[in-house]
Amino acid sequence: MMKLTPKSATLIVLVALIALSPLLFPSNFYYRVGALIFVNAIAVTGIVILTGYAGQVSLGHAGFAGIGAYACALAPVHLGVPPALAVVLGAVLSGVLAYLVGRPILRLHGYYLGVATLGFGILVTMVLTNERALTGGPDGIEVPDLGLRGLLGDLGLSLSNGQFWYFFSGLCMLIGAWIALNLYDSPTGRALRALHGSEVAARTVGIDVARLKLRAFVISAVYASVSGSLLALQNRFVTPDVAGFMHSIEMVTMAVLGGVGSVLGAIFGAAILTLLPQVLTVFAEYEQMVLGLVMILVMIFLREGLLPSILKKLRGKDE
Amino acid sequence: MSELLQFLFSGVTVGAVYALVALGFTIIYNASDVVNFAQGEFVMLGGMITFAAHAAGLPLPLAAVSAIVLTAGLGVAMNKLAIEPARGAPVVSLIIITIGASIFIQGAAQIVFGKQIHSFPAFSGDAPIRVAGATILPQSLWVIGGAVAVFIALWLFFTRTLLGRAVLATSNNRLAAQLVGINTNFVMTLSFALSAGIGALAGVLATPITLTAYNVGIAFALKGFAGAMLGGMGNPKGALVGGFSIGLIEALTAGYLSSTYKDAAAFVVILAVLFFMPQGLFGRKSTDRV
Amino acid sequence: MSALLSIEGLGIGFGGLRAVDDVSFSVRAGEILSVIGPNGAGKTTLFNMISGVYRPDAGRVTLDGQDVTAMEPHLLARRGLSRTFQNLQIFQSMSVLDNAIAGYHLRESGSVLADLLALPASRRRARDAEAGARALLARVGLERAAEREAGNLSYGALKRLEIARALALDPKVLLLDEPAAGCNAVETEEIDHLIAEVAASGVAILLVEHDMKLVMRISNHIVVLDHGEKIAEGDPATVSRNPAVIAAYLGTEEAPHADG
Repeated sequence: MMKLTPKSATLIVLVALIALSPLLFPSNFYYRVGALIFVNAIAVTGIVILTGYAGQVSLGHAGFAGIGAYACALAPVHLGVPPALAVVLGAVLSGVLAYLVGRPILRLHGYYLGVATLGFGILVTMVLTNERALTGGPDGIEVPDLGLRGLLGDLGLSLSNGQFWYFFSGLCMLIGAWIALNLYDSPTGRALRALHGSEVAARTVGIDVARLKLRAFVISAVYASVSGSLLALQNRFVTPDVAGFMHSIEMVTMAVLGGVGSVLGAIFGAAILTLLPQVLTVFAEYEQMVLGLVMILVMIFLREGLLPSILKKLRGKDE
Repeated sequence: MSELLQFLFSGVTVGAVYALVALGFTIIYNASDVVNFAQGEFVMLGGMITFAAHAAGLPLPLAAVSAIVLTAGLGVAMNKLAIEPARGAPVVSLIIITIGASIFIQGAAQIVFGKQIHSFPAFSGDAPIRVAGATILPQSLWVIGGAVAVFIALWLFFTRTLLGRAVLATSNNRLAAQLVGINTNFVMTLSFALSAGIGALAGVLATPITLTAYNVGIAFALKGFAGAMLGGMGNPKGALVGGFSIGLIEALTAGYLSSTYKDAAAFVVILAVLFFMPQGLFGRKSTDRV
Repeated sequence: MSALLSIEGLGIGFGGLRAVDDVSFSVRAGEILSVIGPNGAGKTTLFNMISGVYRPDAGRVTLDGQDVTAMEPHLLARRGLSRTFQNLQIFQSMSVLDNAIAGYHLRESGSVLADLLALPASRRRARDAEAGARALLARVGLERAAEREAGNLSYGALKRLEIARALALDPKVLLLDEPAAGCNAVETEEIDHLIAEVAASGVAILLVEHDMKLVMRISNHIVVLDHGEKIAEGDPATVSRNPAVIAAYLGTEEAPHADG
């Protein structure tokens, strides 16, 4: 039998989950939840590249999600481009901005990098909140229809709105995961993991540390941007919260909670943290406390993240 | 001219609160290398507990003291339950733990104190004091005085007392401190108590001006963190200067440029400073040892 | 043959203390030059300056005829200077094989886009690097540990892994900082052979090592540092008879005798 590489194993698991989960959905509402998980998973995959591979911390990545989201709200109206192209436009803008911002701030380490990225995220939020004439201010703004569902309908494939976004986001997540997995074993990915392990040693084998960190930052910014775009298109509405500090923290928490070292782990984290509030509505007012508690407990007792810890346990039993 | 003075007054008042929060960050960072994002919740608790105790009939000074003591106790508990068990975890994990603690405390406060905005009377009345055409509230003087007093007390503690020196020694080299017989666990406990107490004090002093609600903590935490980083993490003098600077930048931006972008100004300045001084204004330059 | 690497009047101070002061020497292709001296003499600091990790405040480093003083380490690597570390700098959570492949970075890296999309060009580069890395691992006796996580290896094995990684750059000048530390007698002998072999292939080797037997056996030339200054140099026999050298080592357990 052919041995599965970790890359194909991950992709097969993801495809199976996307395809089979709907069989268990008690209601159509769960397509919506699933789509939300996939959209979050895209941003989180970007965090895996930045934090898991390259070891750099960002507390402001939601800023890029904000750019992606508002690109979809504004570009079709003001530039007349179709929403699908607005996604690309947002991604390019995020990438360019990440390049410009990243160059000076990626020299910083640890908490200094944290505060600089945090500042970036807050600046984006402030602009989105205050430029009312353009962005609609804190109340948010409407986002046009992507139009793809109608197109599919014309071709004879009619899906409900929830179903369409479930499968479309799932597909985008798969592509994102495939790219991130390609990167892992590639020369660039290896160099990123190397500088994570030891910057000094990475330099002495010829790795241009500054340049590689910048690449990881730009790539992860594009992921965040696409995630923001899809979120906006799916909700048909967006508020500045998409760029906010809590959203940035959410991304990092999802990734680290699930296991930031692997794409599958991080996606698992995205699923857990997206589902948690749905489950916690039962606890109503205790929701926040439980969320905080989960964050603390997982980080203390399952340091590598949920998925790696669970896998380790399972393997331990086999032996 | 009086306009400028007015902006300076409000900047120094807010800056004093940020400086106290930044000092709290610094103390914990020095003892444990942890940046405690729950620092802002201590400020919120200081105000909230004082309000609740005062509303329950306690005289204001007693309510304030009980708030500070209770919050300090909570800081110690947080260290024991969430920080100590995670020793040696990577920076990202520690950020998530302290933010988790912050969310937890917020959630608890929401249940205990409700979602309303609370306040209690100013210590020396509400009659504004006129100075050269500008006015300042007596409570502002309490806030500024509080920050300066805390700074002086900390400075005396760290330079003049054996215990303070033990804390400094621990922050320099934990292992070496243990070897010369310093109880580093006690130092950690003390640092969290001090830091939480100072945060609560900031809340007690500022609440009559800023009011308080269960969710005000995170904003204080971000500004205090920014102040501490601006000054150079780990340096108390830097925290003081950084905190006051952020307050002043905010007030001047709000006054002369745009009140909606006052929060942005502070971060623009931080990005600019870190661009030229990656270790902040007073931070030590570290050399990799290989 | 002219010098491949030469340093002139190199020095650095940390807060008033001259850690290294006015040190000069040069190494030719195929030559093994050892830097010895008591602990704290400034050997590693010297290495850090030559390899661009520290910025010297005096003097010059010339590599292959060009001034490379204070040049960034990754640019030095591009010009053929490679090193290992006294306190291991291993990519701990990567596999042993990936550690070695990392040494091929300069030859294997190409377009990021090709890497992201796993285009054939990217896969081919990675495959070539892997083949080379496996051969190098075999050379240092680690071929059977290739798939293990580097962090789980013994100290001596990691020392050899660092050498393999440094060799992957196909360097002209190789700086080895205590390559035999933590190795047993057999391993030390293997490293001894390896170093001689690499030198014979035309690489200039700069060695810091505490194992005096090894140093005396394989060095062509020895430079002795004490308190950051060069106090003697010459061939092994000359250096081990030098009274200043003997004085510097008095009171330390490791006297520089050929019979160690």
